[in-house]
Amino acid sequence: MSDQATTAAGALPAEPRSETALSAREHAASGRFRPKALIPILYILFLLLPIYWLVNMSFKTNQEIVTTMTLVPNHPTLKNYATIFTDPSWYSGYVNSLIYVLMNMVISVAAALPAAYAFSRYRFLGDKHLFFWLLTNRMAPPAVFALPFFQLYSAFGLIDTHIAVALAHCLFNVPLAVWILEGFMSGVPKEIDETAYIDGYSFPRFFVRIFMPLIASGIGVAAFFCFMFSWVELLLARTLTVTAAKPIAAIMTRTVSAAGMDWGLLAAAGALTIIPGAVVIWFVRNYIAKGFALGRV
Amino acid sequence: MDKTWNNRAWFLVLPVLVLVAFSAVIPLMTVVNYAFQDTFGNNQFFWYGTDWFKEMLTSDRFHDALVRNLLFSAIILAIEVPLGILVALSMPKKGVWVSVCLVLMALPLLIPWNVVGTIWQVFGRTDIGLLGYTLDAMGIDYNYVANPVDAWATVILMDVWHWTSLVVLLCYAGLVSIPDAYYQAAKIDGASRWAVFRYIQLPKMGRVLLIAVLLRFMDSFMIYTEPFVVTGGGPGNSTTFLSIDLVKLAIGQFNLGEAAAMSLIYFLIILALSWVFYTVMTNVGADRPVKEAAR
Repeated sequence: MSDQATTAAGALPAEPRSETALSAREHAASGRFRPKALIPILYILFLLLPIYWLVNMSFKTNQEIVTTMTLVPNHPTLKNYATIFTDPSWYSGYVNSLIYVLMNMVISVAAALPAAYAFSRYRFLGDKHLFFWLLTNRMAPPAVFALPFFQLYSAFGLIDTHIAVALAHCLFNVPLAVWILEGFMSGVPKEIDETAYIDGYSFPRFFVRIFMPLIASGIGVAAFFCFMFSWVELLLARTLTVTAAKPIAAIMTRTVSAAGMDWGLLAAAGALTIIPGAVVIWFVRNYIAKGFALGRV
Repeated sequence: MDKTWNNRAWFLVLPVLVLVAFSAVIPLMTVVNYAFQDTFGNNQFFWYGTDWFKEMLTSDRFHDALVRNLLFSAIILAIEVPLGILVALSMPKKGVWVSVCLVLMALPLLIPWNVVGTIWQVFGRTDIGLLGYTLDAMGIDYNYVANPVDAWATVILMDVWHWTSLVVLLCYAGLVSIPDAYYQAAKIDGASRWAVFRYIQLPKMGRVLLIAVLLRFMDSFMIYTEPFVVTGGGPGNSTTFLSIDLVKLAIGQFNLGEAAAMSLIYFLIILALSWVFYTVMTNVGADRPVKEAAR
């Protein structure tokens, strides 16, 4: 009996430990190729291929695009990009998009900050209903709102202004920002608030000086997602603009002309719209899942 | 967290309330208005009762769009969820490659939706697109403009390309929150790879997976821009999903009554789905401690 116990006690911990140690060494040190790694690699290739094709096309002349099938441009040209950066009707599209996206971002986050604080710290009459109602707006199909928005903003004389699109995008961005910020704020212990109030901080001063720095990453993530969802949306942006505030995504449809499609120009314009996302994404890479799941992962 | 009861918190919510009332309630009231009225033009409206709803609920057009949309959602979920889990499971757990994977995978999520459409519209063309050209060269008769099956395949492939990463990222977030001790315990018990997945990873991913499924379902249920750019709802009506149909009805044909009735039915479906989603999202108490520990 005691014999068995000692062997068991001696053998059991030793064996698995050596095994895990071995496998850990295998994984870390050797750098040996594991077949499992093939799945993400293939998946990423599948993701990058269409993007590569777009970028590839943007460096070609229309002549080359239509006549030959080449994986790398034969005569790389920057002509398409030059057209976009010199023609005001093209680059103004980017400027318009950036203006309303930034306006929306500032409005959404500024309005969402106090509201998220209220939801994360207090119970009040109708709080759950309100929180749910915000979510329904995030989930509402823009198609339902396209026509009423047009009529509403016409009545206010706001059609074809940047603020119209910025306000329209608040429909889904304000709820998104509230939910994300509430998720981050609930991670901050309440004792911090109480201590600050005891120390004589007024609410605004406490909020700006102490609380906002604590959830700085949350504010960054919320701002990023407001930026992103406003940047990718087109249906409402296109419905509410005519020329003066037309987003780049809508201008892209102009490339059909009498001479046929200007594929190179279309590809270049498309490739440029990928850049804002690609630039910022590195900084928020660990928060992407959290942002899409409305701060709940 | 225990919260204190304080009705003055309403003042903090006020800006959001005003903003969303302006951008959601007023437009929605307009829709409700149209749904119960008809017009002879000249902005003169009269009460029409619930006839628009009766018409809409019995019309083949609405049924077809609804069925098409449900089928589309079902197919993309059936592909994206298993694929997403598979990729998430085989992703590296630490090191530089994690960041590289995350960044590259998130790329399609951040491309404007109509550019996603444009990318696939070009990619699938047999004359200038790599995919269409390759299929054509292999002798497959592929034409997404004329053939409904090809149009569906293209739209589905596009959605898989566009959104599978969301499932991957959510599942991955669930996976990394599993403490190492669980795996060590499984190893001591001699658990098979399948058993580890079935009894450790899947239950721990459960909630994020549910969020992913619901998010994907709702977003695919209101998809508009991407298929519209690629197929314009065609050939025929074969890829006309609910949102595309609604926009055709409201802005194309300016049939306000029917469009409004359809909007409200559409919105009620979304409302029901949102309720499910809300229940899942706010029901977090159970596994919070695990998450906090992992962070």
